[in-house]
Amino acid sequence: MDVLANNLQVLFQGLALGSIYALVSLGFVLIIRATNVVNFAQGDFAMLGGYAMILFTVGMPGNPELHIPGFAVHVPYWLAIALAAVVMALIGVAFNYGVYYPLRNRSFLPVLISTLGASIFLQNTVLALFNPQPRPLDKLFNVEGVTIGGVFLDSQYLVILGFTILAVAFQYFFFEHTLIGKKLQATSQDKDMARLLGIPVTLMIIITFVYSAVLGGLAGMLVAPILFVSIGMGSTIALKAFAATIIGGFGDVRGAIVGGLIIGVVESLAAYHIPNGVPYKDAYAFLALFLVLLFRPQGIFGEKVSEKA
Amino acid sequence: MSQALAKPAVPVGGQNNLPGLLLLAVLAIAFPLLPYALHVSDYVLNIFMNSVTYAMAVLGMVVVLGYAGQINLAQAAFFGIGAYAVGLGTVSWGLHFWVSFALGMGAAAIAGLVLGFTTLRLGGHYLAMITISFQQIFDLVMVNWIDVTRGPDGIPGIEPPALFGLHLTDKRAYLLFCAAVLYLLIWFVWWLPSTRLGRAMRAVRDNELAAGTIGVHTLRTKVIAFAISAVLGGIGGSLYAAGFSYISPDNFSFLRSIEFLTAVLLGGAQSPFGAALGTVLIVLLPEWLRFLKSLYLAVYGLGVILIMVFMPEGIWGLMRNTFQRVRKPRAPVIGAVPALNFDIKTQDDRPVLKLENLQKHFGGLRAVDGIDVAVAPGTVHALIGPNGSGKTTSLNVVNGIYRPTAGKILLDGIDVTQLKPHDRAGLGMGRTFQNIRLFQTMTALENVMVGGQRDNNPMEAGGEALVTRALSALHFVGILERAHMIVRNLPYGHQRLVEIARALAAHPKLLLLDEPGAGLNQTEKHELVGLLKRLRGHGLTVFLIDHDMGLVEKVSDKITVLNFGKKIAEGTPQEVLRHPDVIAAYLGEGPTHAAARA
Repeated sequence: MDVLANNLQVLFQGLALGSIYALVSLGFVLIIRATNVVNFAQGDFAMLGGYAMILFTVGMPGNPELHIPGFAVHVPYWLAIALAAVVMALIGVAFNYGVYYPLRNRSFLPVLISTLGASIFLQNTVLALFNPQPRPLDKLFNVEGVTIGGVFLDSQYLVILGFTILAVAFQYFFFEHTLIGKKLQATSQDKDMARLLGIPVTLMIIITFVYSAVLGGLAGMLVAPILFVSIGMGSTIALKAFAATIIGGFGDVRGAIVGGLIIGVVESLAAYHIPNGVPYKDAYAFLALFLVLLFRPQGIFGEKVSEKA
Repeated sequence: MSQALAKPAVPVGGQNNLPGLLLLAVLAIAFPLLPYALHVSDYVLNIFMNSVTYAMAVLGMVVVLGYAGQINLAQAAFFGIGAYAVGLGTVSWGLHFWVSFALGMGAAAIAGLVLGFTTLRLGGHYLAMITISFQQIFDLVMVNWIDVTRGPDGIPGIEPPALFGLHLTDKRAYLLFCAAVLYLLIWFVWWLPSTRLGRAMRAVRDNELAAGTIGVHTLRTKVIAFAISAVLGGIGGSLYAAGFSYISPDNFSFLRSIEFLTAVLLGGAQSPFGAALGTVLIVLLPEWLRFLKSLYLAVYGLGVILIMVFMPEGIWGLMRNTFQRVRKPRAPVIGAVPALNFDIKTQDDRPVLKLENLQKHFGGLRAVDGIDVAVAPGTVHALIGPNGSGKTTSLNVVNGIYRPTAGKILLDGIDVTQLKPHDRAGLGMGRTFQNIRLFQTMTALENVMVGGQRDNNPMEAGGEALVTRALSALHFVGILERAHMIVRNLPYGHQRLVEIARALAAHPKLLLLDEPGAGLNQTEKHELVGLLKRLRGHGLTVFLIDHDMGLVEKVSDKITVLNFGKKIAEGTPQEVLRHPDVIAAYLGEGPTHAAARA
C-alpha cells in the first residue's frame, strides 16, 4: 500500500514535470516546423518567464558594479502573469529580428549557432541584472494541495497539469480551426508556395516566435514555484524538452507532448528507485534518448528520415 | 597571408608564396620562444599554455565543423577525457605519462565513435543536442563520481612528462614541446583536405545526398571526422592537464565547449591557421574586455550572433578574400591530358540494368507501379513520360535514394536492391541530378576527383592517377580549362558538364542522367546531344530521363514510356513516338481514356 502510494506520488510528480518539458517541447516543435531550425534558446524563454515573474512580484536587485539601480515592485500575481506574458511576446519579436531573420536564407547551422549565442546572451544579461542566487516564487494558489488515497497532490502540480491540457487544446483549436492557424501551417509546410498565395510569411514566423516565447515563458512561470528561478533552469529544461522532441518524433506535435511526459516520468521513477541515483537525475533522460536513437531513431510518431533528390 | 596556405584545399598546382610562408614560420618559432627571451610572469605563461592546448581542441572543430560540416558541442568533454586520463592515470593509478596519454586518446576516440554512430545518421540538429547531452553527462559524472574522479575538488599534482630522458619540468620547456605538437597537428589538419578522406568530408558537407550517390560512404566519413575531432580534443586536454598540474570539472564545462566553437567560428572554420588565430583571440579576449565586468559573457553571446551574421567565414576567411581581391590567383598550368579511358567490362550481353516488377508506393500513391525494364549494354535507354508519371521516382529507386516497395534491381547481374547508394556507386552506377548537385565550395577538379575515388574504381592506385583520371574526364566534357575554378562560380551549363565528368571519372558501368537537358539553352543542348552520342560511341551504357522529346529522339536507342507509374510503351524512338497511347498521354486523349482515368 505504502509502496503503491509512493510510486503513484512519484508518478504524479513525473507527469507534472513532464508537462513542463512538453510545453517547452511544443515551442521547439513549432519553431522547427516554421523555420526548420532548433532554437537553442527555447529553454531560456522559460528562464525569462520565471525572471519576469520575479521582476513584477518582487523587483530587481540591480547591479552596483554596472551602476544599475535595483528597485522593488509588488504587482498582484495574476497581473504579473499577464505582464510577464506581454514581455515574453516582445522578446519573441526581438528574437525573430535579432537572431533568426538576418540568417533566414542560410543553412541551418549558422542559425543554430546564432540561437546558442542568444542563449548565452540572455542568460548572462539576466545574471548581470539579477544576482546568481536562485529565487523562490509563490505558488499560483495559496493552498498546499490535497491528499487522495495517501497520495499528496501539490496544488502547483495540479495547476501545471491543468494548464498543459488547456494549452494543448488551445493549440489544436488554433491550428486546425482558425484561418491564421491554417496560414501558419501553410507557412511551415512550404514557405515559397505560401508566399505566392499571399500569406505574409515573415509575419507568420514572427507569430510563431511570439507564440513559442509566450508558451516557454508560461512554462517557466508555472515551474518556478517548484524548481526556484535560476539562470540555469532553462538549459536543463530545454535539454529534456529536446530529448522529448526526439523521443516523440522530430517535429511532431503529439510526439512533443507524449515525449515530454515520458521523460518526466522516467526521470522521476529512476531517481526514486535507483540507489544513489539522485545526483544523476538529469542523466536518465539522456540515456532514454540514446536508447531511442539506437533503436527507433525516428521517434514514436516520426516518419523515417529521408531526403528527396 | 600566403595564398597557398590560405587555400589548403588545392590538391595540385597550389602555388607557394614564399614570403608568406617565411613570415608564418618566423611567427610560429618566435611564439613559444618569447617566454625565454622576455621575462614573463607565470600568469602570462599560463595564457600561452591555454592558447596552445585549447588550439588543439579547436583544430578538432576545424575537422568536424569546417571540413565535415557537423556540429560538435562536446569538445570540452573530449578535452576533459584527455585531461582526466592523464590526471587519474599519473596521480591516482601511478601510470606512466605516455601510457595515460594513450589511454586518453583511446577513450576520446571511442567516445567519439560511439556518439558519432548513434547520431550522425540523423544529421545536424540531433548531433547538436546529443553532444550537449554528452557534455552534461560528462560533467555530472566528473562531479558526482567522487570515488574515482575526486569530484569537484579535482586532481592536483599532475606532473609534466619526460621526453627522451629530459624532464620537462621547466614550464617554458614544456610550452615549447606543446607548441611543437600543436604545429604538427596544424600541419595534419592543413594536409587533411587534400586527401581522399578530406575530400570525402568536404563533399559530405557540401552535398551529402550527392556524395552518397557517387560513392562516398557518408556515415563512415562523418563518424571518422567526429572521432578525429574527439582525439584532437583529447590530445589538447592531456597536455593541458600536465601544463597546469591541476584539473577540476569546471575546466571542461559546456561553456568551454562554446568557447571552442566560438574560437573556430571567429578564426575561420575552414582553416587550421584561422583556428589557431581564433583560439589566441578567445583566450586573450577576457583580458582585453575586463571593463565589461559582469556583462562580459553577455557580450560574448552577442558576439557569436554577430560573427554568424557578418563574418560567416571568420577572420581568416576575410583576410583570404581580401588578399585574393588584391592579387588574383594565377591558374595553374595544366599539361597534356591523356584521353579518357572508358574500359567498361560488363558481363557478355546481359542487360547492364534490369528492373523487375519495380514498385514504389508513398502511402496510397503508387508512384512506380510494377515496371520491368532491361537496359542493354552499350545503348542509350530513355525513360520518358508526362509530369508525375514516376520517372524521377524510378531513378531514385534505381540509384538507392529510395527503397523500393517491391521488385528487384539488377546491376550487371548483381542484385543491388538492398544496397545503399554509395555501395551501388562502388559497383559502377553513376548519376547526375536534374537540379545540379555539385560540391559548391570545391573546385571542378576536386568535384570530379571525389567521383573518381569510389570503391573498386578500376585504375591505378595513388593520387597522381586520380588527378589524371579527373583531368581526363574534364577534358572529355570539354571544360579542362575550368579545372581549378570553384564550381559555384561556373555558369550553369558548365556545372552540368562538371557533374557528368564527376560521374565519368568513376568508370561507370551504367550512367544515370536525370533530365540532363533541363535548364540548358539551345546551343548547350546541341552540345549535350553531341556529348551523349560520343558516350554511346565509347560503349557506355546510359539510362536517362528527360522531357525534351527532340533530345531523347536524337540520342536514344530505346525508349520506355511511363504513365501513372506503369509502362505504357517501349521500343525504338520511331515506334514509341507513333504509339497511340503515348500520343494520348502527352497530347490529351479520347473520351474513353479520360473516363477510365477518372
